Amino acid sequence: MIKLVWIAISIVGAAGLGAIALSRGETINSLWIVAAALCLYALSYRFYALWIAAKVLVTDSTRATPAERFDNGRDFTPTNKWVTFGHHFAAIAGPGPLVGPTLAAQFGYLPGTLWILIGSVLGGCVQDMVILFFSTRRDGRSLGQMARDELGPLGGAAALAGTLSIMVILISVLGLVVVNALKHSPWGTSTVAATIPIAVFIGLYMRHLRPGRVLEASLIGVALLLLSVASGGWIDHQPQLRALFNFDAMTLVWLVIGYGFIAAVLPVWLLLAPRDYLSTYMKLGTVVALAVAILVMHPEIRMPAVTRFIDGTGPIFAGKLFPFVFITIACGAISGFHSLISSGTTPKLIANERDIPMIGYGGMMLESFVAIMAMVAATVLDPGVFFAINSPAGLVGHGFEAVSKISSWGFSVTLDEMQTLAHEMGEESLFARTGGAPSLAVGMASIFGNAFGREFLSIWYHFAIMFEAVFILTTLDAGTRVGRFMLQDLLGNFAKPLGNTSWYPSVLLTSAAIVASWGYFLYIGVIDPNGGVNLLWPLFGISNQVLAAIALTVATGILIKSGKAKYAWVTGLPLAWLSFITTSASLEKLTSADARIGFYAAADQLAEKLSLGKLPAAKAEIAPQIIFNLHLDAALTIFFVAVLWVVIFEMLRVSFRKTIGLPVPPLSESPHIPSRLVEDWVRD
Amino acid sequence: MKKLWKLIRRLSGDDAYERYLAHLKSFHPDREPLDRKAFFREEMDRKWTGVRRCC
Repeated sequence: MIKLVWIAISIVGAAGLGAIALSRGETINSLWIVAAALCLYALSYRFYALWIAAKVLVTDSTRATPAERFDNGRDFTPTNKWVTFGHHFAAIAGPGPLVGPTLAAQFGYLPGTLWILIGSVLGGCVQDMVILFFSTRRDGRSLGQMARDELGPLGGAAALAGTLSIMVILISVLGLVVVNALKHSPWGTSTVAATIPIAVFIGLYMRHLRPGRVLEASLIGVALLLLSVASGGWIDHQPQLRALFNFDAMTLVWLVIGYGFIAAVLPVWLLLAPRDYLSTYMKLGTVVALAVAILVMHPEIRMPAVTRFIDGTGPIFAGKLFPFVFITIACGAISGFHSLISSGTTPKLIANERDIPMIGYGGMMLESFVAIMAMVAATVLDPGVFFAINSPAGLVGHGFEAVSKISSWGFSVTLDEMQTLAHEMGEESLFARTGGAPSLAVGMASIFGNAFGREFLSIWYHFAIMFEAVFILTTLDAGTRVGRFMLQDLLGNFAKPLGNTSWYPSVLLTSAAIVASWGYFLYIGVIDPNGGVNLLWPLFGISNQVLAAIALTVATGILIKSGKAKYAWVTGLPLAWLSFITTSASLEKLTSADARIGFYAAADQLAEKLSLGKLPAAKAEIAPQIIFNLHLDAALTIFFVAVLWVVIFEMLRVSFRKTIGLPVPPLSESPHIPSRLVEDWVRD
Repeated sequence: MKKLWKLIRRLSGDDAYERYLAHLKSFHPDREPLDRKAFFREEMDRKWTGVRRCC
């Protein structure tokens, strides 16, 4: 009977994938994509994840986990697997899987969808699960510590450097997404601004009014957030109030930078923690609502399977399908950042090793599904509209110029259509809103609008913008804070007081340093002539994939060292693929002669124009900054690739020594202590 | 229904103080428990010292 069910699932999945891959008609229904995804997840969980757990990792349900051995009722606590799953998913799922697929939709729906599906079940889910397992076996130690213990100090330093730089790039690119979504949008800006006092109020409520009443405080907060979306619409109709919230991109950059600094130095309970509660509920609620709406509406996908832009001339970001689709979609397929969570808070909650596949592999499956839904929301838009929203003005021009250029690519769109749409969404204009958030919001608004009532389109749109902005700002706060801790840790080696995380001068200094680093890239992203997304997103993708490759390298090294070389391909194959794509993408970013792809080519082109006096005064003034930045980006790319190969060679060296019988750093696995919880463990 | 409510409270951290009291009672009966306010103050600081959120 069970077998028949699995056969049925395989057939449906194969039919779905077949329909996606072979459909060459006008449109395809999004239900095929959703069905194929769900079946593929079910099959790979049952036949791959559980196989890895049983044969490769050999999870042992009689072994006491760190949560049991170090139980302190707080961070180490044996926890019900569904609760752990909830915490783990809330921690790994950020705005990344919403943005990446939207940008990659310029290649058509097919390449991105296939990479999300295959990349996750063979790469991302495996990474999250094996790192979670190895960390659980090592008292919940972090990736950096495991790299140091298993591969030596070089591996540890590389993991730390990689993490710090990915954080900076990540925050700057997310800041750019917010800036592009809010520029000249008084409705959006006032709503997002209102979330700050709301979060502070909730913070005070949870601390002083009713200490620790998390649920009721969150409910009040969510109600206030929804109210702020509606009142933003009212503000939008008051000419005087409206002007107060109507900012250009550069002003928003300074506001975001100022906000980031203040949020990083304020106590967590006042802003960061309450904002995080609110964004978590918004995130879960919206994801569920989107899934229901897609299932109910099952809209037709209007984007072609593959567009002409696979040749590298895409307006959203430049570069050929290979390798750039794999760089653009990191979160949702495989995200190195997850390895920090899988070796951070989650392993301290695992009650029993047998829960690991469900939490590690399953959590990532759910994130991958979020990415699939983002892809659906982006591709149900009319392609002409999609490109009009996402193409930077520097490339396609403004208004009429933009629509004629986009129509000339074969994606017809009219000025009228764009104005009606902007009006429906309660915005002045939707042209050149790069960064993915606005087009995703339009897609979500149209899906929600069809499912729950079209008269509220502008409310749905701004709800979606608020939802994305709120949890981007949470990532921004939390990331700045983590960056600050890492920097303090690092500086503490040179000057003791700087390492003290509660010494205020050090807090101010290190927070300012981190904010200045991402603020710099954010600023450059806004002034870059080819659009900041084209500049920063590939850099983010490369850094995130490099971190994933480092995690997989550590895992492969551990497998080989524990005498399981015959299974090393489980992490070795995704590692080989990731190092191949990150290295080739980096080489293209460094050597391409196309100024939209190659950093050096762009710098040379700009320098030449500058020396010939071909640039208008305003552009000539910022040109030296942009040229400097392009060289900096190139240096950063070289650094990422160098870090990656250092770690890989370190792992290969250790593995080679192990194979020929030379001494290697010993496995740092903690000894087997039988669990006392096993048989009569009452799941709470 | 009751189970679901318990799960929601557990997931959101609403019951953290009760779990802390229970833990103290069974493992360290000699220690004086923190009051509700002080407990949540410490809890916030502890929670936000590592990587908690991703991209």
